[in-house]
Amino acid sequence: MIDKIYSWIDKRYKIEQLLYFSKEKSVPVHHGTMWYYFGGITLFLFIVQVMTGLFLLFYYRPGADSSFESVKFIITQVKFGWLLRGIHSWSANLMVLAAMIHMFSVFFHRSYRGPREMTWVTGVGMLFLLMAFGFSGYLLPWNELAFFATKVGTDSARQVPLIGDFLLKLMRGGSDVTGATLSRFFGLHVSVLPPIFSFMLGLHLFFVQIQGMSEPMGSELSHGKKRTMPFLPDFFLRDLLIWLVVLDILILLSVFFPWELGVKADPFSPAPAGIKPEWYFLFVFQSLKLLPPHIGPFEGEMLGVMAMGFGAAVLVLLPFLERASSKGRRTKLVDVIGVFGLAYFAVFTILGYVID
Amino acid sequence: MTTQESVDPGRRKFLDVFLAGSGLAALIGLIYPIFKFFTPPDQEEAVVSSVNLGPAKDFPANSGKIFRFGNKPGLIIRSADGKFRAFSATCTHLDCIVQYDGKAGDIWCACHGGRYDINGQNISGPPPRPLDQMSVNILPESEEILVTLELKDKT
Repeated sequence: MIDKIYSWIDKRYKIEQLLYFSKEKSVPVHHGTMWYYFGGITLFLFIVQVMTGLFLLFYYRPGADSSFESVKFIITQVKFGWLLRGIHSWSANLMVLAAMIHMFSVFFHRSYRGPREMTWVTGVGMLFLLMAFGFSGYLLPWNELAFFATKVGTDSARQVPLIGDFLLKLMRGGSDVTGATLSRFFGLHVSVLPPIFSFMLGLHLFFVQIQGMSEPMGSELSHGKKRTMPFLPDFFLRDLLIWLVVLDILILLSVFFPWELGVKADPFSPAPAGIKPEWYFLFVFQSLKLLPPHIGPFEGEMLGVMAMGFGAAVLVLLPFLERASSKGRRTKLVDVIGVFGLAYFAVFTILGYVID
Repeated sequence: MTTQESVDPGRRKFLDVFLAGSGLAALIGLIYPIFKFFTPPDQEEAVVSSVNLGPAKDFPANSGKIFRFGNKPGLIIRSADGKFRAFSATCTHLDCIVQYDGKAGDIWCACHGGRYDINGQNISGPPPRPLDQMSVNILPESEEILVTLELKDKT
């Protein structure tokens, strides 16, 4: 029966070639093989986000008078609504974490080196899109924390030279954070970002299929000892097992650490004490907090925002700026910068939690 | 119908330029309205010059309250000595809403820990400028508070 279906499909669509390709696909085995799994974990969490996001859309009603109420309805009245919303929030956070681990492992292995520059560029692009997903999704429950986080986050855009005021209005849909902002963020979150992200993800995976997995530098030389494992079924089954574990973690987190809804946003009440953005923005938040109001002739804020923009640009263009590894040379400087970046992120994130 | 084997290069060139030009024009024609669409239109805001906050006796000493000034928040403070002061409640740092800190007797922004003294001067933390001032008048007959936006130069 299955054979019949197979030959029916193959006669029309020639899937034999595709199957041949996936049979040939293999994954290099070496001391760093475990890091390969983080890309897959990120992919799995993206699928979870799409699924749970679709479910939430059935009840969520965007609007300054309805967003908070509908999320409250989802988590208190709708059967398993609390679970789906919890998974959506937790999965979002774990996805950013998994993407960051994936990125740092690629960074330290120099896997971005030629000819895989564009895999890195699309990957970093997706990381930025994830942040946009996180930032826009954070506002959707329309609670106090989200309201002020959005005020601060969008106001930082004003520090961009020349087009700052325009950017601010573009993001907010007006000069203040209002229901208009909520509409924009909702549209962005559910219908603008997903197709862009999917397209980039498609490119990213396509590049990986064409070029195969990157191997640690120097291992190309020892061809004789090269070990691989077939993608199907060996690596894929391992992937699946890890995905199952990640799903368990997601559910455990959602059950034992349910995501709070908080207090409804009120544009005429003072910012609550202890306001903090999501953890992956905390290092930016903490940096902005510690910057003095004026550095030389500039506002401290503006320099901070420009430094972040500069850092982001360097990150995207890394494989084109660091050409040594593409030529097979390992430079210490890359490790130093990586460790410094990681330490900066870690220290400022912890500071953000410790200092009020 | 033509039986000509080779294509006239001049004609080919013309068509290439014509097609590319039309494509570009169409693209610009599309991008401009899309760009303008996403730019939110300026909405008429009711111009508010002053707000009546009700009887002065409703404000206890050493307390602060957020009030609506048009569509912006304002902060009115009655200090421990009974004097009224009012400011725009929008933090000059990153647009958060400030509050009166009765214990310290100054104004605090919870977002990034900025502080202003009782006269709205930025004294610590990231705020780059003082809060915008408003003037407080107590109406003689009703003892009600009237808050008016001050011009920048006035003291």
